[in-house]
This record gives sequence, C-alpha cells and structure tokens, in this order.
Amino acid sequence: MADDNCIQTRDLVKDYSLGQQRVRALNHVTLNFVCGEFCGVVGPSGSGKTTLLNIMGSLDSPTSGRAIVLDRDIASLTHKEAAQLRNHHFGFIFQTFNLLPVYSVFENVEFPLLLLGYPASERKKMVLEALEWVKLTDKEKARPNQLSGGESQRVAVARAIVKKPKIVFADEPTANLDAQNSRHILNIMQSLNRQLQTTFIFSTHDEKVIQFLRRVVTLEDGRVTDDRVIENSGSES
Amino acid sequence: MMLKLALRNLWGAGLRTVLNVAVLSFAFVAIIWLQGLYEGMNQQASQALLREAYGGGQYWHPLYDPYDPLSIIDSQGLLPVKIDSFVHRKQATAILLIQGTLYPQGRVQTVVISGIDPDQRVLDMPVDVLKIDDSDIPALLGTRMAKTCGLSTGDAVILRWRDRNGTFDARQIRIVEIMHTNVQMIDNGRVWIPLHKLQEMTLRPNEATLVVLDRSTTRTASADWTFHNTDELLQDIHELVKVKQIGGMVLYVILLFLAMLAIFDTQVLSIFRRRKEIGTLMALGMTRWQVVRLFTLEGALHGIFAALLAAIYGIPLLVIYARHGMQLTDAVDSMGISLGTQLYPVYSTGMILATVVIVLTTVTVVSYLPSRRIAKLKPTDALRGKRA
Ligand SMILES: Nc1ncnc2c1ncn2[C@@H]1O[C@H](COP(=O)(O)OP(=O)(O)OP(=O)(O)O)[C@@H](O)[C@H]1O
Ligand SMILES: [Mg+2]
Repeated sequence: MADDNCIQTRDLVKDYSLGQQRVRALNHVTLNFVCGEFCGVVGPSGSGKTTLLNIMGSLDSPTSGRAIVLDRDIASLTHKEAAQLRNHHFGFIFQTFNLLPVYSVFENVEFPLLLLGYPASERKKMVLEALEWVKLTDKEKARPNQLSGGESQRVAVARAIVKKPKIVFADEPTANLDAQNSRHILNIMQSLNRQLQTTFIFSTHDEKVIQFLRRVVTLEDGRVTDDRVIENSGSES
Repeated sequence: MMLKLALRNLWGAGLRTVLNVAVLSFAFVAIIWLQGLYEGMNQQASQALLREAYGGGQYWHPLYDPYDPLSIIDSQGLLPVKIDSFVHRKQATAILLIQGTLYPQGRVQTVVISGIDPDQRVLDMPVDVLKIDDSDIPALLGTRMAKTCGLSTGDAVILRWRDRNGTFDARQIRIVEIMHTNVQMIDNGRVWIPLHKLQEMTLRPNEATLVVLDRSTTRTASADWTFHNTDELLQDIHELVKVKQIGGMVLYVILLFLAMLAIFDTQVLSIFRRRKEIGTLMALGMTRWQVVRLFTLEGALHGIFAALLAAIYGIPLLVIYARHGMQLTDAVDSMGISLGTQLYPVYSTGMILATVVIVLTTVTVVSYLPSRRIAKLKPTDALRGKRA
C-alpha cells in the first residue's frame, strides 16, 4: 500500500504570461510521491511551490509535461472530472484557512461530506470524529470569526481530513500561526498520516515544519534542486 | 445543501439582503396593485356597458355601423319576425336611431335621436321618465350631453329631423330628466325620446336600428340582421384598457428595473468580494456550475423572500383597497373610460401568479447573468482573490 504510486510528475512545466513576458514557474519538474508520504516542498518565495501543489491538486493545469495523480492525467481532466477528483480524494489546507464564514465549525467540517452525499447520521459521526482528532469538539457551534488562528487552522485540517481523502495538499499551513500552534497542527497531521495512511504534501519555508517532514523536496526557480528523505524525523515534542 | 448555504449567505449579507428584498417586494405590490386597477377599470367599465348599452348582445340592422356616423341615415327597418318576437316577449328592446339637429340657445348641435320603449326592462336606463304625456316630446339626456348643450331639466329646445321621405320637420322637446351615466356612448350626442313617438315623427312604424337582447336570453339565428355578442361588443373597451395598461407598464418596468439593478449590483459585488470563497468551494470539490447555481440561487432567493414579504403586507393592503375602492377625480373621465366616482380594483389569481412568475424569472435571470462569470474563473485565480 505504502509503495503505491500516488503522484508522478514528468517534465512538468508551467508558464505564466504577464503581458508580453513569460514567467516559468515550473521548469521540468519530475517527482514521484508514494502513498502515505509526509513530504514538504520547500524553497524561496516565488520558487513555484504553490504552482506545483495546485497542479497536483488539479486546481490548475500544466503548460507541458504530465502530472499523474491517482492514475489520472491532470491535464486531460475536464473541469467536472477535476472537481470530482478533489471531491473524493483530495483535501486542501490553505495558509489563510479559508473557512466558509457563514457556517459554524461543525458545518464547515460537514461541507465536503454534503458534497459527497453522505446521509445525515453518518455525517454527524464523521464530523465529530474529525473534530475529536483536532481537539475542537467543544467549538462545534462556533463561527469562524469567533476562533483564533490556530483553532481556525485546526478546523481547516478537520475539514480536509473528514472524508479520509487519499491526499492532503497543505500550502503553507503554518505561515499564519505562532510556533506553538504550528507544532500542534503538525502533530495532528502527523498522527493522521500514521493512523489513516493519508498522504500529506506541504509547501513551506517554515523551519518548524521541516523538522517534522520525512522527505523534503527543494525547489529553486521552478527546478528541483534537492530531494532527500530524512530519517528519524518527527520528534513528537 | 445548496439551499442551506444560499440561505446562510443571504442571512450573512444582512442589511443588503433586507434592502433588496424590501425594494423588490415593493415592486411586487406596486405591480399587482396597478394591474388590479386596470383589471378593475376593465371590469367596471364592461359591467356598466353591459348594463346600460349592450345587454346580452345586440342585433343590428344590416346597414348599421356604429363606427360610421353616416350609416344611421339608412339603417332603419322592420324587425325580422324572430327578433320581433323577442321584443314582444320583453326579452329584448328595440332602439331606433335617427340623425337630427338640436338648437339649444341658438346654437346648432348634431345629435342622434334615440327612440326607446319607456317600458323596457332590458337596459338599466331611467327611461320610464319618458312616459309623461305632454304636448311636447319628453326627452332624456345624459349629464355630458346636457352640459355641452347647456340644458337642464325642464328646458324646452327645438329638435329637427327628416322623415322617411326626406322631408324636414321640427318640434319642441322638453328635457324631463338628466341621467347620470358612466357610459359615454348613451350620453354624448344622444337625445332619448319614446320609441313610438320617434316612429310616428319619422313615418317609420315598427322600424328600428338595433335590438338589445336581455342578458338572460340566448340568441337565435336571424336572417339579415347580424347578431353581435357581448365579447365582440366589449372588444373596444378591452382594447382601450389594454392600451392604458401598456402606458402604465412604463411605471412598473422602471420599478422592476430598479429592483433588478439592486440585485444585479449585489450579485456582482458578492462575486467580486467572495472570490476566495469561490476558490475554496471549488477546491472542496464543487464544480464551477454548482458554484454558479449556488450564486444564482442566492440571487433568486431575494425574489422568493420579496414575494413572501409582499404577501405579508401586500395582501391586507390590497384586500382593503379592493373592498373600499379608490376615489376618482373627474380627470379619469377624460381618459376615455368612465368609471364613476369609485374604482374597485380586481385582483385575479391568474394575474397575481403571472406577476410572481414574471418577477421571479427576471430575478433569476438577473442573478444568473453575473454568476455565469464564475464558470470562467480558474480555481487558482479565485483562491488568490484575483479578478477573472
Ligand atoms: N497567476 C499567475 N500569473 C502570473 N504569474 C504567476 C501566477 N502565479 C504564480 N506566478 C508566478 O510564478 C512564480 C511561482 O509562483 P508560486 O506562487 O508558485 O511561488 P511560491 O513558491 O508559492 O512562492 P511563495 O513562497 O511566495 O508562496 C512566481 O514568479 C510568481 O510570480
Ligand atoms: Mg505560495
């Protein structure tokens, strides 16, 4: 199971055109992620981390090259198929939390299950379980604007993992959090990775995150300059 | 799920939603109110026409054409037997029309001398006042006609006409009553005198121009006199009201336009401001069209709420209004439809339903148009909060 190919990219290129100019955000990126990985993409600002995550997450399509995610070629998906793929198999965590402001904590976490058409009783069970993981059962009725940053991101984590997706993409999940909250979030994600075999792919330039990673891919100017597996990572401190 | 999210979003928008719903509900009530006025106008005018002029339909002399004033010169004749039997059984009344001239206070006024049986019960006209036996010919005028000629009850005036041989004759008539009527056709230019008198004066015994059928009598075929049913006769008034209605439409098109502008504006703003939310919804697995539908639904819900709100304050308002009617000034008379002093609006279910459907459809379309742009939005751009 853990050896299954989850994501493969081959010569992935992404160009953005800014007026006349063309910006190459990804420059022939070839990577391989197996299921159950806990991997971070690091690199300076503008190196293409977000772009890479977005393409792998089927939110964007490459200019050339291929991204095969869960046996699907991202470039060939229709909008609907891409939405379906995200719906069933992907969870997203954003730097700015992106909770739905009009929904309560419970409803925010419930939302992906509604999209998947789970019956109410099952939804309730799954949402409470997810809130248990992130230790927020006491806040299920709160609104996003009543939460601290750390709590908001925990809700976002619960929302991303409630449907037990194959892959969670987290674009700088700790950039807006202090050290303690960052560690808390990472501990949660790490234990979910172990318990549920969920693949986590981060982008970050946060040292605190890097300590937790089992693999670090370094991007610079859209190119992979380093890719290493870290032994004995994730001190549960 | 969509509905719940849409409702929450509307709730979250607070004051903006309230304002939109209020404006739109006002448009609802105003449109239905206006339509009710026209429908009331139509029905009230039609009823008066049926009561006082058309009865249950009319048989016309083959040459008679109310649109051609000259046609009454030749349109007199004996009644066909079938029609005559209606008249005998009091199920119909015959009217003889003759071109004449009135000389009130030295002026000359062309009139249509109208002979009617003073005992008739078919039309609701105070013609029994013509039963008085006097040396002068008793005559009945409507208020408008009396005003144009400067005549009042008791006045005597010279009337001139031609008999069937074309010979002019003139006599004094006496105004025995001025009747108040909302039907201009029996008022303007009309001088009502007893039928048998007019037949005598013109040497046209038993002749008539038209026969008005009782409202409960059904028609039978007749040889050369043509039957005109009430639908046909009321065509004109329906059309007239329709023309006015179209004129009145300008008002509610403006109203509706303002309401739609408010909703359009809200939609555009909300799509612009909630770009990141749109991106999040897409990342969570909603398709673009689902998001378009969500936003369209949000807009369309304004219409539903407005309809509900309109029902809450509109129904009592319109009911009271329909019951007590609206005071009219004389100005309305000059619009070409006379309605009396009180207008009772009529609100039909069909009209209300049609209004609701039209407004809801418009709201939905107006909500959809800006939302459609979401479909062109890339999820990544939406997440970055960028413009499409
Ligand atoms: N929509 C876009 N249009 C034009 N250029 C873009 C767009 N998105 C990204 N870029 C460019 O592509 C390059 C890579 O951007 P990306 O956001 O992937 O970097 P990043 O590594 O995530 O940076 P950061 O750490 O600041 O988030 C940058 O030079 C950026 O300016
Ligand atoms: Mg980034």
